[in-house]
Amino acid sequence: MTKVSLVIVGGGPAGMSAAVAAYKAGVTDLLILEREAHLGGILRQCIHNGFGLHKFGEELTGPEYAARYAEQVKELGIPYKVGTMVTGITEDKVITAVNPTDGIMHIQAEAIILAMGCRERPKGALNIAGARPSGIYTAGTAQKYVNIKGYMPGKEVVILGSGDIGLIMARRMTLEGAKVKAVCELMPYSGGLARNIEQCLNDFGIPLMLSHTVVQIHGKDRVTGVTIAKVDERRNPIKETEQYIACDTLLLSCGLLPENELTKGAGITMDRITGGAVTDQSRQTSIPGVFACGNVLHVHDLVDYVSEEAEIAGCAAADYLANKQSERVDITVQPVGGVRYTVPQKITSAQDTTVYFRVADVFRDKRVVVKCGDRVISNKKKIKLAPGEMETVKLTAQVLAELAEGTITIGLEE
Amino acid sequence: MFDVCIVGAGVVGALCARALSAYQLNVCVLDRANDVCTGASRANSAIVHAGFDAKPGTLKARFNVRGSEMMEQVCKDLGVKYVRNGSLVLGYTDEDKATLSDLYERGVKNGVRDLALLDREGVVALEPHVTEEVTCALYAPTGAIVSPFGLCDAGLGHAMDNGVEFIRNFEVDRIECEDDAYVLYAGEQTVRAKYVVNCAGLYSDKIAAMVGDDSFTVHPRRGEYMVLDKAFTPSLTNFTLFSTPTPKGKGILVTATTGGNVMLGPTAEELTDKEDLDTTAAGTASIRAQSARYVQNIPFNAVITSFTGLRAVGSTGDFIIHASAPGFITFGGIESPGLTSAPALAEYCVELLATEGLALEKKNDWSPVRTKGAIKFNKMTDEQKNEIIKDNPAYGNMVCRCEGVSEGEIVAAIRTNPGARDVDGVKRRTRSGMGRCQGGFCSSIIVEILSREMGIPYEQVTKSGGASIINYGRTKGGEHND
Ligand SMILES: Cc1cc2nc3c(=O)[nH]c(=O)nc-3n(C[C@H](O)[C@H](O)[C@H](O)COP(=O)(O)OP(=O)(O)OC[C@H]3O[C@@H](n4cnc5c(N)ncnc54)[C@H](O)[C@@H]3O)c2cc1C
Ligand SMILES: Cc1cc2nc3c(=O)[nH]c(=O)nc-3n(C[C@H](O)[C@H](O)[C@H](O)COP(=O)(O)OP(=O)(O)OC[C@H]3O[C@@H](n4cnc5c(N)ncnc54)[C@H](O)[C@@H]3O)c2cc1C
Repeated sequence: MTKVSLVIVGGGPAGMSAAVAAYKAGVTDLLILEREAHLGGILRQCIHNGFGLHKFGEELTGPEYAARYAEQVKELGIPYKVGTMVTGITEDKVITAVNPTDGIMHIQAEAIILAMGCRERPKGALNIAGARPSGIYTAGTAQKYVNIKGYMPGKEVVILGSGDIGLIMARRMTLEGAKVKAVCELMPYSGGLARNIEQCLNDFGIPLMLSHTVVQIHGKDRVTGVTIAKVDERRNPIKETEQYIACDTLLLSCGLLPENELTKGAGITMDRITGGAVTDQSRQTSIPGVFACGNVLHVHDLVDYVSEEAEIAGCAAADYLANKQSERVDITVQPVGGVRYTVPQKITSAQDTTVYFRVADVFRDKRVVVKCGDRVISNKKKIKLAPGEMETVKLTAQVLAELAEGTITIGLEE
Repeated sequence: MFDVCIVGAGVVGALCARALSAYQLNVCVLDRANDVCTGASRANSAIVHAGFDAKPGTLKARFNVRGSEMMEQVCKDLGVKYVRNGSLVLGYTDEDKATLSDLYERGVKNGVRDLALLDREGVVALEPHVTEEVTCALYAPTGAIVSPFGLCDAGLGHAMDNGVEFIRNFEVDRIECEDDAYVLYAGEQTVRAKYVVNCAGLYSDKIAAMVGDDSFTVHPRRGEYMVLDKAFTPSLTNFTLFSTPTPKGKGILVTATTGGNVMLGPTAEELTDKEDLDTTAAGTASIRAQSARYVQNIPFNAVITSFTGLRAVGSTGDFIIHASAPGFITFGGIESPGLTSAPALAEYCVELLATEGLALEKKNDWSPVRTKGAIKFNKMTDEQKNEIIKDNPAYGNMVCRCEGVSEGEIVAAIRTNPGARDVDGVKRRTRSGMGRCQGGFCSSIIVEILSREMGIPYEQVTKSGGASIINYGRTKGGEHND
């Protein structure tokens, strides 16, 4: 069996950043495995700009952002195999992968970084009544048809869900000459970024219909229309508000799900809320030496944060391989009052740590309060919080060292 | 001129074609759709019924029992997935207990082997996930599940390997009798045959009426289903779970499938429109409410798809099998247990045609074992797979990540009789796009492979034939090269 010190599964922005960070931290025996024919991950199809403001201080398109990392990977001579799908990972870090030239490979890794990204929630999960004609796509699939393949999957479009990809695709399809008739959102607020609602819908006069859903799909061969309706507070459609919209395409942008089949297969402890692994501040999972970062860990809205997180995981993998120990602490991070989840969920070493979190609803004028028991660690006022935007709090090494063990809560208060 | 023309490429038509392919005959199969297996055979519970359910003395009972006996061997010969997973009819009340005893008696009368009545302890020992409410059950270890797509595809494929012709997109709209032949029309197109076998499912009444047989009608009864992510199968069930029939109906079932998922359904709703394949909010609600009585903690957020099948309910309540006209055999009202019965119906079809005067002479080289099927790549050992990949690297190129399907398998599905011609056809044969992402990642690649293999432009590839196109042509940017 081939042996490799560090295997990175997935060659998207997370996998590439992690590999570069690990290499710079001294790991030279490493290998990236990527399923697609190119490095770059999902960013290859995100040809709009808005990437890299935090990381590079300039606005790049998705492919440009990905290319910056792909170039580094190539310049540093980090080995990678594309067209290579990882089909299994065991608890003892044996990776099974397959590609056309090597066939089925088994690789014994000392450390692994999981960076498989996420997938979109499919139609089945939404249980929309009606027929099953052609013309129903997830927004990401449509994005692939338009931006990668160069084909138009629709002419008259209704979009269900106001996630960022849906918003981006509303604009993209419009620019390509399609008519986007409405974006329906089940919740009373959008799950997308405020700037995307402005630039992708409002600028083009596309109506965003909050508290609306698609109740029926019509059409035999190809979609001919959808029936939409307003929903009540309990999200049940209100019959009297039903209206028919003629269209040939229904795009779904109803959320992203971390792609964790391999993670589960390895027996790693999962977080039911994020859909990703439970990790500590270094992004180490319940199996020592196995790390996770990027969208496979929790869904990010900005790729800049993905890169940041991946660097943490890359450096941590290098430390793990070099057997570096730091001062141990045993702290659990717990979301309370209005906070849905945190990443990381555990802190095992006293070092400066940024905790990412998402809130469960739209809130105004709240305080983000970090506590340990009754002791308030920090308390910051926020004018607006929304589920679509990831938030952070910083914990210093000093605070963590003092605390040593216990539970830190992060919650919203008046 | 064909000796025999079979109308309808569902499981009955496919297996009739296979049975006839053993003889020195010129046979064709017509279907209005772009593929085999697009009617009831595509959307059903996929249960090989043990046979305790059908009323003794009916055609349903006769062919169910015989079909169930034949099915395992047929699947083996054709390389189709068949799993004897056993079924449990769950009971909740004393009344149910009495009904289960009746079913037991009926089963014994129908010749079903190894039936057993269980108390709660017995049920839980077999299936610990049943709900607290369950008090007793009838256990039928001979109950099995089969891949209906596989059976249709391999059945017709085997027939084609042995010379049968498959004509797609041929919707019979008129039949004329000439002296020595029937002429079947689809618009301007015609097919001539000395004998006709009508296996047109929901439209078997319409086809029979074209030669003057209006002795029966067929109406649709809707059955809706939900399919769950297979990650949850271990916490649900590997059995087929029925509930005890009551005067109100048979209720739904919760069953494992040969694809490894758990499926919930079907509902039962009388319809008139034979084209209404909608799923409904009421159906979904009914499945949710009913299935909660079978097993604990069904994860409804892990539903990956839902679909509808239409039962072809005949006006007599039983299968309707007779000669509609001389040399014109009709299989009408083939509702459940039609899938189970199909091998037996095919056997009987040959007998009936002989009675009608068809001369049967066996081919010397016909074997029941299909040798020209697609290789079962996913069942191979790593060493075997590596051998194949070395020969044909496309088998190392994974296209569908959820179900682990390679380009090689997709190409084989297109090239192997009867050959997929659209995205749904590839899906039924390979499971690509049937997994948890439902084709989100792989459909654009499958479109590309279909376009290449069929030599047609990308935008002409369809989801399921006809007008079900996927793309409307180029973007403004025009050609891309990925
Ligand atoms: C359709 C879509 C559109 C998006 N649009 C935007 C946007 O406009 N702006 C934005 O900021 N963010 C967007 N996002 C979020 C975006 O995914 C992240 O910002 C970033 O791309 C995540 O990086 P990643 O490396 O974690 O995941 P990905 O970019 O998804 O990369 C994961 C990589 O792992 C590979 N992989 C997965 N499984 C395996 C396996 N078993 N074996 C080998 N390789 C494997 C995949 O092929 C992929 O290349 C979008 C996400 C999606 C799904
Ligand atoms: C909800 C449901 C659940 C079921 N569960 C089970 C089960 O668990 N076990 C079991 O044994 N059975 C079950 N059945 C029954 C079983 O599915 C059917 O009996 C069986 O599939 C019927 O096969 P068929 O070939 O007669 O019909 P079909 O598969 O419907 O095939 C008929 C074909 O005829 C074609 N056709 C129609 N009109 C024309 C025309 N004018 N010209 C050309 N072609 C035409 C159609 O396109 C179609 O392909 C179930 C059925 C349903 C609907």
